[in-house]
Amino acid sequence: MNTSTPVVKQSGALPAKRNLIYLVLVAVIIIAGILAKGQFAWVAKYPRKWVIPLKDWITDFFEWLVYGVTFFKGQSYEFVPTDITRGMIKVFEYQLSFTDGIFFDGFRIGVDPLPWITVVGLMAILGHWVAGWRMAMIAGGSFLYLSMFSVWRPAMDTFSLVLLTVPLVFTIGLLLAIRMSKSLRAERFITPFFDLMQAMPPFAYMVPIVVLFGIGDVPAMLAVSVFAVPPVARCILLGLKTVPNEVIEAGEMAGCTPRQMLWRVKVPTSRSTVLVGLNQGIMQTLAMIVLASLIGASGLGNELLNSLQTLKLGKALEQGLAIVVIAVALDRLSAAYAHKPKQYIDQSLPWMAKHKHLVFAAAFVIASIVLAWLVPALRVLPKEWPLTTAPMWDAGVDWVLLNWYDNVQGFRNFVLIDILIPIKKFMLSIPWPTFIGLVVLLGYRLGGWKLSLAVGLMISFPLLTGLWKETMITIYMIGSAAVFCIVVGFPIGLIASKNERLSRYIILTCDFFQTFPSFIYLIPVIMLFKVSDISAIIAVLAFALVPMIRYTNLGFRNVPFSIREAAIQQGATRWQQLRKVELPLAAPEIMLGINQVIFMALFMVAITALIGTQDLGSEINRARTGNKTGRALVAGLCIAFLGMISDRLIKAWRKQHSYRQENHD
Amino acid sequence: MKNRMMKLTVAAIAAASMTPMFAVAAESEDPIQVIDNNWSSQKVLARVAKLMLDQIGYNTELVTLDTQSQFAAMGTGDAHLQMEVWEGSMNASFMKEVEAGRMIDGGSHQATTREEWWYPDYVEELCPGLPDYTALNDCAELLSTPETSPSARYLSGPAEWHPEDVERIEALGLDVVIVNAGSADALFGELKSAAARKEPIILFNWAPNWVGAAYPGKFIEFPRRDADNKCVTDPSWGINPDMANDCGAAVGGYLKKGLWAGFADKYPCANDLISNIDFTGPMIDAAAAMVDVDGLDHDAAAAKWIESNQEVADSWVPECAA
Repeated sequence: MNTSTPVVKQSGALPAKRNLIYLVLVAVIIIAGILAKGQFAWVAKYPRKWVIPLKDWITDFFEWLVYGVTFFKGQSYEFVPTDITRGMIKVFEYQLSFTDGIFFDGFRIGVDPLPWITVVGLMAILGHWVAGWRMAMIAGGSFLYLSMFSVWRPAMDTFSLVLLTVPLVFTIGLLLAIRMSKSLRAERFITPFFDLMQAMPPFAYMVPIVVLFGIGDVPAMLAVSVFAVPPVARCILLGLKTVPNEVIEAGEMAGCTPRQMLWRVKVPTSRSTVLVGLNQGIMQTLAMIVLASLIGASGLGNELLNSLQTLKLGKALEQGLAIVVIAVALDRLSAAYAHKPKQYIDQSLPWMAKHKHLVFAAAFVIASIVLAWLVPALRVLPKEWPLTTAPMWDAGVDWVLLNWYDNVQGFRNFVLIDILIPIKKFMLSIPWPTFIGLVVLLGYRLGGWKLSLAVGLMISFPLLTGLWKETMITIYMIGSAAVFCIVVGFPIGLIASKNERLSRYIILTCDFFQTFPSFIYLIPVIMLFKVSDISAIIAVLAFALVPMIRYTNLGFRNVPFSIREAAIQQGATRWQQLRKVELPLAAPEIMLGINQVIFMALFMVAITALIGTQDLGSEINRARTGNKTGRALVAGLCIAFLGMISDRLIKAWRKQHSYRQENHD
Repeated sequence: MKNRMMKLTVAAIAAASMTPMFAVAAESEDPIQVIDNNWSSQKVLARVAKLMLDQIGYNTELVTLDTQSQFAAMGTGDAHLQMEVWEGSMNASFMKEVEAGRMIDGGSHQATTREEWWYPDYVEELCPGLPDYTALNDCAELLSTPETSPSARYLSGPAEWHPEDVERIEALGLDVVIVNAGSADALFGELKSAAARKEPIILFNWAPNWVGAAYPGKFIEFPRRDADNKCVTDPSWGINPDMANDCGAAVGGYLKKGLWAGFADKYPCANDLISNIDFTGPMIDAAAAMVDVDGLDHDAAAAKWIESNQEVADSWVPECAA
């Protein structure tokens, strides 16, 4: 590589001198900011009249779109925009009423929904078909749990919604990925939208969805799709792009048309990556279930919110667990299906023998329905069914409250008063030109003028739209939470990477926390830490810690064994091994983990607003009162930009870093 | 579903015998979407309204919505009926839709609402001057937390619910710091924790509310607000001659029914029924207690409420359905 030569040659003197220049620049920006703050009022506080009323424009636009405009007025084919959106809803509503009918509602013509015993059995058969007895136990057992713990009806309601949402998400994701894989222009065009969709908290786009599409299960499905499509599409795109050249050449030699090339060569070759995309779709959909119930999705999410509202924590926990159980069952099933080897069946066998599982499933459905008809308890469990763990959990929470409360207070007060409040005051005292200047400089240092321009524009957005203070508080919250995550998550990840057995438990716990609805943490956290910034940060921690542990674990595990051996042979102590050899090699993955932590924390910002904060999340929460579309979207954009800034900077750092590593090798 | 089946057969029989009893059958068959929020009294009231609408021959559906999204949904006609519109927390959103001509005011219940600073009863033992507001300053240290010390800590709802609190504190010279909780869950989560340890706490609460049944307590008595609201508009009124808001919140806030603007045209008879429905405070308390105290589910509570208040319910049925 040409560009690398000068760096390698003058690796001694130049970087040191360069670092000095940067240091001087940093000092200049800081001092200039402090001086200017005393001189000019507009530095100390960005004037209100300079604020671009973007949120009012957006709100007015939506008012116009939904209530104001009629196209082709007076013509026989006149229509209003909502006619289109409502028409779309109708299409899906029809499908949904069908799955709802099968699983929990029954049909109007007098057909009852499937008895629980049938659904449980079918899941077990499906599990067996996908991956044998173990999977049959997992899938059947999960659904048995749902039936035993009196969450069957809402669980089936949610399940029916998931069964419809996941194919929708997957189809959109697949089509977008195919489009993107065909043309670089399309990829360049769509990628920023994906970034935005992933970084924007779902709360922010719920308001416009309600205004355009109304409320209920189907609009909730659309909100979920906005959230779940990008990761699915990205995953599939990765699969399509990494098809080996030899395979494509073979296809070309065989004379494939472009269509055949796609469906007969590329998609089947990348089958397992495409199916990981499906898996992602399932997980993301279930992660959104509780939020979706805020705009009218019925089922588990809604029941959970109701329980929380009356502080029935034990019940909420059981309902939350039901969501995790559905997620785990579907996750394992789809993952196993992704790895299922293709089975070659003797074509000469009779049809019955070739489709054993199908035949058995059909027979089971008929038998179980007849049985359930005879024994009503197999259809719907009696209401007084005693199995519930709720009182136990409630007692547990009470116990913790009584016995831990006092001990926790010392920690709480110290962190809040001696750490968090001073940081907050400091963040709010930074003049805005200084902060923007430093971000721009960092962008330049890590990625040249292009990156510095991009991050500079993004960090200026909150300033220009009048949300600077809220944004600074958000940065303080996210930053503190990220530091906590790193301090706690790094050692756990490190330990997990060194110990096989412990690692399995830790990963399992991570899986659990990722799908467990974060709403539930809010109440116990408030009970212990009161309404305060520390509660919000701890609630974030519970959710955002997971990627830190995962990626740290991954990073250390990926350190090549030969390098570690070499270090030992050179007589490095354990500490030296870790610090000088393993840590630098694991750093890129760990940075990726930190990047994920920040995204997760930004996702939680809108939810912790329910505890009580003064950041962008509470701005969105406020906008939901009275459906102020513009206010919600602008605050959402601010959060999205924060996420994208950290993403761009960290990626640039990684690029620089791995580049240096290559040079060292 | 079954409900609907039954209703259809009833309607069919009625049509066959040509009795004028189900006059409303001629109106729209599109279901009336009744909003179901997430607190007990509202849930029971919504179901009472639904059952009564069912009885006079309408198709109805419950639609689950939170208090934030419901007004847009009623504005667009996706949802049609809200049985509890609270003055304190919903007035602004409600009036926005009413003024835009997208919703109509379905009339007030007799029941009134109160939204005010509140404390659970045990706090009175620690600070005997309560419920008078002057006790707040005397007990400021007792009511403080380390981050607000030496001032008392008042746990309020989201800042936009009661923006006048800030001025009230200044006008009445209170030694109090406001901490804003982001949701009702947060408010009562803290209450539950404090009550378990009998820790002093002052927080925002309202009536009617299930909290009163689980944790008995009282509202703090501030200087009474005058009927003309001069307390807010005229600084010279009240004990502080220089500042407005030197009084408590309105004691009898409204509790209204809210309707989609096209409701009366599309479902005229239902509109008559809803205007007649009028819950008193004790009636609402009883309805909520069936769920929160007796442990009935919301559907059963609604049916039981109608059964035990049959006379009142009958008096609400309008002429067009009689």
